[in-house]
Amino acid sequence: METMNVTGKAIQLDADGHLANRSDWNEDLARELAAQEGIPDLTPQHWTVVNFMRKVFEKEGDAPSIRRLTKESGVDTKTLYQLFPKGPAKRAAKIAGLPKPKGCI
Amino acid sequence: MRHMLILGGGTAGTIMANKLASALDERDWRITVVDGTEEHYYQPGFLFVPFGMYRMRELVKPRRQYLPGRIKFILSSIDHIDAEKKTVTLSGGEALRYDYLILATGADIHPEQTEGLLDEEWGRSKFDFYTPKGANQLAQFLKGWQGGKLALSITEMPIKCPVAPLEFLFLADAYFTKRGMRDKVDLHLVTPLSGAFTKPTSSKVLGEFLERKGITVTPEFDLGRVDSQEKKLVAWDGTEVSYDLLVSIPTNMGDAAIARSSLGNELNFVPTNKETLKADGVEDVFVLGDASNLPSSKAGSVAHFQSEILFQNILEHIEGRPACAHFDGHANCFIESGFGKGLLIDFNYETEPLPGEFPLPGIGPFKLLEESPINHYGKMMFRWVYWNLLLRGMELPIEAEMSMAGKRVQS
Ligand SMILES: Cc1cc2nc3c(=O)[nH]c(=O)nc-3n(C[C@H](O)[C@H](O)[C@H](O)COP(=O)(O)OP(=O)(O)OC[C@H]3O[C@@H](n4cnc5c(N)ncnc54)[C@H](O)[C@@H]3O)c2cc1C
Repeated sequence: METMNVTGKAIQLDADGHLANRSDWNEDLARELAAQEGIPDLTPQHWTVVNFMRKVFEKEGDAPSIRRLTKESGVDTKTLYQLFPKGPAKRAAKIAGLPKPKGCI
Repeated sequence: MRHMLILGGGTAGTIMANKLASALDERDWRITVVDGTEEHYYQPGFLFVPFGMYRMRELVKPRRQYLPGRIKFILSSIDHIDAEKKTVTLSGGEALRYDYLILATGADIHPEQTEGLLDEEWGRSKFDFYTPKGANQLAQFLKGWQGGKLALSITEMPIKCPVAPLEFLFLADAYFTKRGMRDKVDLHLVTPLSGAFTKPTSSKVLGEFLERKGITVTPEFDLGRVDSQEKKLVAWDGTEVSYDLLVSIPTNMGDAAIARSSLGNELNFVPTNKETLKADGVEDVFVLGDASNLPSSKAGSVAHFQSEILFQNILEHIEGRPACAHFDGHANCFIESGFGKGLLIDFNYETEPLPGEFPLPGIGPFKLLEESPINHYGKMMFRWVYWNLLLRGMELPIEAEMSMAGKRVQS
């Protein structure tokens, strides 16, 4: 299993590079994960999305889709793509410490 | 008298009506099916219409003909469901009380959900093949087309029959080759997925097929809008793909009646227990087929497997026993690959499509994840199976639960 080192602590990651243990998550770690994704700064709007994702996951066990984010988080789709370029649902889930969204076929 | 009410008389509703009609005692149970239209279309056939392989009128039958005599069929649009009061209100205002409700209202395409998709060019340079009208218009158009860039665009997942877009491109490759104009046509798949399909092994195999047939793929393309004047697709991140002919798989959504009843998610699909098929958070309501939010494929074969599970669970429920049959996400899809050949995939929630033989290990006759003429016959035979066995709720020689027999696990 892969790990990442944050301030001296080894954090375990799953096969998709997301946190293996959700309980490891904290805001500093979120900033670290964001930096890895090429997002140097988490603005209040980023946090709105990240916190919304965490809230939904807590309740339902899966991260919300982009459509749901747009409808319920108050951030429109265009902005979502500016905040989390290339796949907001996937990236925001990673930063929020959640597994990769299951998605549908 | 108790009342079993089935909303939607398509694939799933019809299968369930047939199964329950022979199991529920006529002295104790009334069974009703409500649907807004008289015509039952064999939807898998839509794929072949644009290429003149089937004509639309060969794909339609009267709904009632497939419902047993004791079933009451109501031809009406459904307005909404009140799960608290256990009633369903029809568009004319009539309210039906139920003891058990089965939601089988399916999924439909919604081009109006994407900016610039549904305008005066819809039906001229932009088409769908998921509706009878769209498939017919596209057939007309293709007959006179001189060539150019054909982009097949998947707007967002999930969609009905997720392999249909690939099959469309394989058939298009064969169709233009036979017409001697393949060199004048540029085939292009534009998809939000990271490859040809979702699961790794089949995505790789199907990706190789696309490549061999000279079909270009633009993956991870999240469609933001369509520019009909400039003839281009524009992604949310600004990436663009141009087209001369757009074949669109628009956003697929559950019915508006689900939204009016506050029973759906953001796409009007009903949150459903993925094992028992019971609707989340409401009593005595079950969901079958494309109407649910399950992560299984939206396919007729899946509706069939689900129906066997739901049938057992409803009977248990009626007897007051806990639901013990569990749906495993089993799907079984023939993939038409053109030139009289096809592939077959068989998978479930946990196991991705793998190579091998089906249903008998080492024998087949069908080959999994590999091209063969017999798989093509399987696909063509499916129409007969659909009308004569599947809809009538008959047992098929395939178990509801997926089997690993004959499958080769890749190391
Ligand atoms: C192009 C294409 C190719 C496909 N190929 C395959 C394939 O190869 N293999 C396969 O297994 N599957 C395939 N499918 C998928 C398959 O057709 C569907 O998954 C299947 O029909 C789903 O059954 P259902 O009963 O859930 O929905 P449907 O069969 O669509 O039935 C829903 C019914 O509900 C009715 N309804 C909805 N809302 C209301 C309302 N408010 N009031 C009254 N009535 C209402 C509709 O009129 C409809 O009759 C394909 C689909 C398409 C479009």
